[in-house]
Amino acid sequence: MRVALAAGRRPRTPAIIPGALPAFGLTLFWVGLLVLLPLAALAERPWENGAPWLLATLTTPRTLAALRLSFGCALCAAAVTTLLGLLLAWVLERVRPPGWRMLDALIDLPFALPTAVAGITLATLYAPTGWIGAPLAGLGFRIAGTPVGIGVALVFVGLPFVVRTVLPVLRDLPGELEEAAATLGARRGQIALRVLLPALFPALATGFGLAFARGVGEYGSVIFIAGNKPMVSEIAPLLIVIRLSEDDYAGAAGIGLLMLVTAALCLMLVTLLRRRLPAMRGVAG
Amino acid sequence: MSGALQTRSGIGTLSGLALTLAAWAVVTLLLILPVGILFAQALRQGLDAALTALSDDDVLAAIRLSALVVALVVPINTICGLFAAYALTKFDFPGRAALLVLIELPLSVSPVVAGLVWVLLFGRHGWFGPFLAAHGVRMVFTLPGILLATLFVTFPFVTRTVMPVMEAQGRQHEEAATMLGAGFVSLFWRVTLPETGAALVSGVLLCAARSLGEFGAVSVVSGHIPGLTETVPLRIEALYNGYETVAAFALAAVLAVASGLIVGMRGLIEWRRGRPAGESN
Repeated sequence: MRVALAAGRRPRTPAIIPGALPAFGLTLFWVGLLVLLPLAALAERPWENGAPWLLATLTTPRTLAALRLSFGCALCAAAVTTLLGLLLAWVLERVRPPGWRMLDALIDLPFALPTAVAGITLATLYAPTGWIGAPLAGLGFRIAGTPVGIGVALVFVGLPFVVRTVLPVLRDLPGELEEAAATLGARRGQIALRVLLPALFPALATGFGLAFARGVGEYGSVIFIAGNKPMVSEIAPLLIVIRLSEDDYAGAAGIGLLMLVTAALCLMLVTLLRRRLPAMRGVAG
Repeated sequence: MSGALQTRSGIGTLSGLALTLAAWAVVTLLLILPVGILFAQALRQGLDAALTALSDDDVLAAIRLSALVVALVVPINTICGLFAAYALTKFDFPGRAALLVLIELPLSVSPVVAGLVWVLLFGRHGWFGPFLAAHGVRMVFTLPGILLATLFVTFPFVTRTVMPVMEAQGRQHEEAATMLGAGFVSLFWRVTLPETGAALVSGVLLCAARSLGEFGAVSVVSGHIPGLTETVPLRIEALYNGYETVAAFALAAVLAVASGLIVGMRGLIEWRRGRPAGESN
């Protein structure tokens, strides 16, 4: 394998550091076997019965319902998560109540809880007999087994993404911004709405994008609370599993490819956004 | 922050108090109660019932399998991830951006798709399935399939955490060591690796936590054979769906504690490195 080592941006003595061959060899082998080969299969398999067939399977009512549900729930949940995340980040950084360190540590709970564990606890909590589900059922609201339940699970897994994206940006906003606004006579509320919120927008959008990308494909924390009724609360990842169990590889791969492309586009947008925000490099992504 | 302007309101102001209460309400409903119910359900019939449920043969087999998966996946992805980070930061080469995208890609893939790809390759009707079947090799619904799915899901973690540190180190140390006659092995082992230190440990812990708790990807390739191809999360699912609530939640509590310890350790390390602990997983 020949690697053009001299093609750097900086003028430097080329190829002085040893180990190019083993490092690149192992890396390419690793990436090739674990990423390229599987992706090639995912890209090729959907088309094996022809494009018209693929279009037809992807537009059956059941598949459309699952895709609409997954994308719709992820979108709504990401919006709610962004609002709640902003609230938590704001309280942590700008209010600093007593016990904020505890609050800060609790935010990362969803990162620590494996998805299957989150799934069964949320399902039990929001079931009609659960701690939260029972009072809500008394009021006539059903959470488990409905798209709302899926949304609850997605807000749970998405929350730390938003908080961890917004918090550092909020912390690093230059104080001069607010000082200038204050000397010009702005009140606190005005400063928050007209000065801080616009400055936070890229971070909020990034958090939204991350939560959405995660939510579209989320499986473990959702399937227990969702109830999985076809056409009502059956998410797209579950439909992939069902297609596979029917030995319909092409159909399963078609849904998978569609979800992968959407998530990749979403994260590409996030990366572009992040480039515009130097303060955010190295934060969640 | 500015000296003149008070940017932190505390809970002295009405809005500060209201926002704080709202924040705690969100955290309680969404984060604290699930953990509360996890332990409440696990201990519903007392500690003895929970421990009895945990000493079931299939549960023990699942714990053994999960431990084996972590023990195999973490070293492979750590070594390959380190080499990839070395290649990406110490050399300039065309296609670097593309390689980075490929390495990060598994992060944006649904866990189910991460399992699906292996069935597409090695399943009964997969690309290599018939060939392997003819030679008596089974990849899907066996340990190799579970390993591949877990490797895929935890693929980028080490590279991602180590790369910024290697990038910041620059190349002077490696160049100096090379001038002094160090070969690749001693250079890598004695110069590059020690400098990655805490970041490497952090990446390894992230990889371990995820491979321990992975559900979706493993679920697709496992075949769910109790005692044979069920990892701990899959066993939890089987118990829960079989209405063995105490056993399901007891095992879930054990998994949550193990995962929480790993993630907590990582948080401590990140905190001492002076970085925000939260990073995607």
